[in-house]
Amino acid sequence: MEVSRKPPIVHKAVFPARYESLASISRFIRQVAAQADLDSTVIYRVDAAVDEACSNIIEHAYGDHLTGNIECTCQIDDTALTIILRDDGRPFNPNAIPEPDITAPLEERTDHGLGLLFIRKWMDEVHYEFSGQGNTLTLVKYRNPHK
Amino acid sequence: MQITSAQYKHCDLVKPSGRIDSATAPQFAEALNQIMAKGQYKIAIDLSQVEFISSAGLRVLINTQKLCKRYNRGEVALASVPENILSALELAGFTTLFKIYEDVLTAVGSF
Repeated sequence: MEVSRKPPIVHKAVFPARYESLASISRFIRQVAAQADLDSTVIYRVDAAVDEACSNIIEHAYGDHLTGNIECTCQIDDTALTIILRDDGRPFNPNAIPEPDITAPLEERTDHGLGLLFIRKWMDEVHYEFSGQGNTLTLVKYRNPHK
Repeated sequence: MQITSAQYKHCDLVKPSGRIDSATAPQFAEALNQIMAKGQYKIAIDLSQVEFISSAGLRVLINTQKLCKRYNRGEVALASVPENILSALELAGFTTLFKIYEDVLTAVGSF
């Protein structure tokens, strides 16, 4: 018996790679996540992971002297919300960064690496690829199959 | 993001609202730095109106806590933390580094 599947819903938007874009990116992600029928807690977490990923692109892939865009493609299918972030900057692989020690006493806490926790812990899959044209980061959040 | 602050007898109260992300965290840091520049290191932060905090906001919190706790001269206490913000603090392991109060009056009264 053939299983009928709805075609995926795709939304795409391009934002200038500047911190001032983060609020607009958040609005876009929240709209798409709501359309994927994710609950408010999960929407917050997806929003946070994308914010961290985009902040990293702005800070590390482009940095102070490079300018460019962040291309954000969102796909909703039966099983997941998939968010693909593309940039034309330097290679930056968030998966290569070690996690901070979140049990260390105050004086030994470093203030970096925290954003990667949000990406790794709050998304179900994180895939990174550098093609020579730029970075592609794919973030996947599974949809609740019972909804 | 909007920030208001008020000076009480035993502490200063800071109330940010909206998003604290990489774009707005410097403004949050500046508000806290201005208080510390006056020699005040006992600070309560009312988070009730914060809709979102990223790691950039968490960095401001931890750096301020380090400065305030130095020489035992004070500390940062958090109050009225929304559920999503609390889950971010928990994920980052911050709930052991800050006293967290259910309401602002209790936080201010703790100093």
